[in-house]
Amino acid sequence: MTMSEGDLAVAKIAFVRDTVIDPRKPPISMTGPWAWLRERLLSTPFNVVMTILVGALLAWVGYELARFLLIDAVWTGVDRDACREEVQQRAIGACWPFVWERLNYFTYGSYPISERWRVDIFFAMLAFGVVWLLSLNAPRRDLGAAYFFIIVPVTSFILLSGWEAIGLRTVDTSLWGGVLVTIVVASVGIVVSLPLGILLALGRRSDMPAVRMASIVFIEFVRGVPLVTVLFMASVMLPLFVPEHLSPDKLVRALVGIALFASAYMAEVVRAGLQSMPKGQYEGAMAVGLGYWQMMRLIILPQALKVTIPNIVNTYIGLFKDTTLVFIVGIFDLLRTIEVSRIDPKWAAPVTSTTGYAVAAIFYLVFCYAMSRYARVTEERLAKSDKR
Amino acid sequence: MSSDSTPSGPARVAFYNDPKIRSIFYQLALLAAIAFLVYGAVSNAIENLARANIASGFGFWNNTAGFDISQTLISYSSQASTYGRAFWVGLLNTLLVAGLGIVFATILGFIVGLSRLSKNWLLSKVAGGFVETIRNLPLLLQLLFWYNAVLKALPDIRDSIVIPGGGMINNRGLFLPRPEFLYGFEMVLVALAVGVAGSIGFYIWARKRQERTGQQAPVAAVVLALVIGLPLAVLALKGFPLSFSYPQAGRFNIAGGVEILPEFAALLFGLSIYTAAFIAEVVRAGVLAVSHGQVEAAYSLGLQPRPTLRLIVVPQAMRVIIPPLTSQYLNLTKNSSLAVAIGYPDLVQVFTGTVLNQTGQAVEVVAITMLVYLVISLSTSLLMNIYNRRVALVER
Repeated sequence: MTMSEGDLAVAKIAFVRDTVIDPRKPPISMTGPWAWLRERLLSTPFNVVMTILVGALLAWVGYELARFLLIDAVWTGVDRDACREEVQQRAIGACWPFVWERLNYFTYGSYPISERWRVDIFFAMLAFGVVWLLSLNAPRRDLGAAYFFIIVPVTSFILLSGWEAIGLRTVDTSLWGGVLVTIVVASVGIVVSLPLGILLALGRRSDMPAVRMASIVFIEFVRGVPLVTVLFMASVMLPLFVPEHLSPDKLVRALVGIALFASAYMAEVVRAGLQSMPKGQYEGAMAVGLGYWQMMRLIILPQALKVTIPNIVNTYIGLFKDTTLVFIVGIFDLLRTIEVSRIDPKWAAPVTSTTGYAVAAIFYLVFCYAMSRYARVTEERLAKSDKR
Repeated sequence: MSSDSTPSGPARVAFYNDPKIRSIFYQLALLAAIAFLVYGAVSNAIENLARANIASGFGFWNNTAGFDISQTLISYSSQASTYGRAFWVGLLNTLLVAGLGIVFATILGFIVGLSRLSKNWLLSKVAGGFVETIRNLPLLLQLLFWYNAVLKALPDIRDSIVIPGGGMINNRGLFLPRPEFLYGFEMVLVALAVGVAGSIGFYIWARKRQERTGQQAPVAAVVLALVIGLPLAVLALKGFPLSFSYPQAGRFNIAGGVEILPEFAALLFGLSIYTAAFIAEVVRAGVLAVSHGQVEAAYSLGLQPRPTLRLIVVPQAMRVIIPPLTSQYLNLTKNSSLAVAIGYPDLVQVFTGTVLNQTGQAVEVVAITMLVYLVISLSTSLLMNIYNRRVALVER
């Protein structure tokens, strides 16, 4: 009895209930579409309001996009009159004939028309290399890497800038433009930044103080300033630093700026991968008598780079978006060709700018989204291989 | 006969195989290469500058600038002000847009990031779509879109859109009434100061009392009354010593009011929205990093959902969120240099653009600009390191 009295004494405390609550009613249904709807869309009054508001917003944005890009869009025409509301007497959406007419300019810039097949071959070679490297069951992917990192850069340089000796007309880089320049800048950044970034990351983790300091200073300096200033430095200071007759052309200067900038960011990504390697891997490699470079090449880097692939791809996405900044130092990348075309009097209409930007948006969205999907899929694949 | 002698001590290696000597050799080689590059660059630069007849040194700092700047936070005139003054104008404009951008990006980023975690399926999908779209479009494209396709496409002055309350929007910018403070307004400011001080005092008292007795005080209501109610009451007592100068549309110009440039608005929109998408991901990752066991433990201790969020989830999530959040703030500050593409007079546009073109002193101008960003970045990461050391988990 004393026990239960003690229990009752506890039960008198204000926040302890002394009566039993009624059992809760069983839920109507826990599964099926209705339960899902109730749970995920209409669970509380606040959620009902949210669902209605967000649904309305989504419907409005979706309708406006469809209206601009398809329903009210102009599909044929020869000049600005086709895309002006005053002339057509109706609401006007995207001005597609402007894009059709300028599509070649957006792709090749001012590259001579008779030589544009060379650019097409360059795109094809690049696409082939990407597919070879990225498809998991392609044969001889080591050859693919050699093809992508050595053969493609050399042949495309000869192909694009020309070599009179084998009958290819020289094409000055000032004539390059559009998607061609965007892809060239992005691929040079991608191809250069990975090896340079690996070297810098190794340097930053080196035992030699001078090597470590040089790497740290370079990485922190580049990461601490905006890309715009790096490009300004490359375009106005680089010509001062080399003898006058060696002064590099505008595109090369921008490429140097982009490549150095991307390398510093890549170095930090690779360093994170190197740090994630357990110490036993280093010690094991040394114990079997491998030298520093053998250890890095055979044991550490393959593992470290593998876990870093998603982050490397994310850095590439950033780099791909950053290529637009060459615009500011006067290079005709895709965005700049659009910017030049949209103020062309022949097509000047209120919708021209938005149409041009829509084209650019679709281009970047497709490329960046593809890369981010690849990063996501790789991450999942790697996570799977770690599970036992 | 050395080959016959029995080895004593460690095996002898040729001096060029000694790791220590090799390491010294490599480092000397690297230093020599760097010194050679620097020497070559400097001597070429001196020669090139002399040939192009460009002065060197920082003497240009005190020369008259002679160009106009469209937005100046400190007094500046093209006739009397120096390049040095132009530098400060540009720097302040950069800091203004970066500061406001950080505030808006944080608010929007937290809203979107938390929406992505919402149980509401539609809300989380829309927030996810927003993040994916914004993150996959170049910032420059977004800035050009806001500036050229949205703000510059607004009607011109004669057809301005009128905002209720006396403001107007047109392709020359956003014009708002400018508040003018009459005699007696300083009492309102005093009241505000008293209100703020009073709320801090009340908060401390309420907290101490709760720790002592467990009783809670209505902190939010009291703070609201002190900070907003008190100044409003004083404002009413003094008979509203406040008037507005409204923007008046002329034929070509607008007089009076506060003018917000379309360049500024476009840059602020673009930077805030772009960075918000990244902050949303940071916030999401931070909240997900708090393990579910923490929430369950809080519930089993009898905490309500709201205190659980405030006392258990948020403090632990912030530990994960703050370092990447700071690096997003730095990115925003560095990205504000894209102002040069739409003509907002920030540091890069004014200094690395106009001043560089006028003086031709590329080395000095670019070096000063980079130094400014470096100081901002490195001092922020220094503070971050100190913060990280303070909040780092103390492990056994």
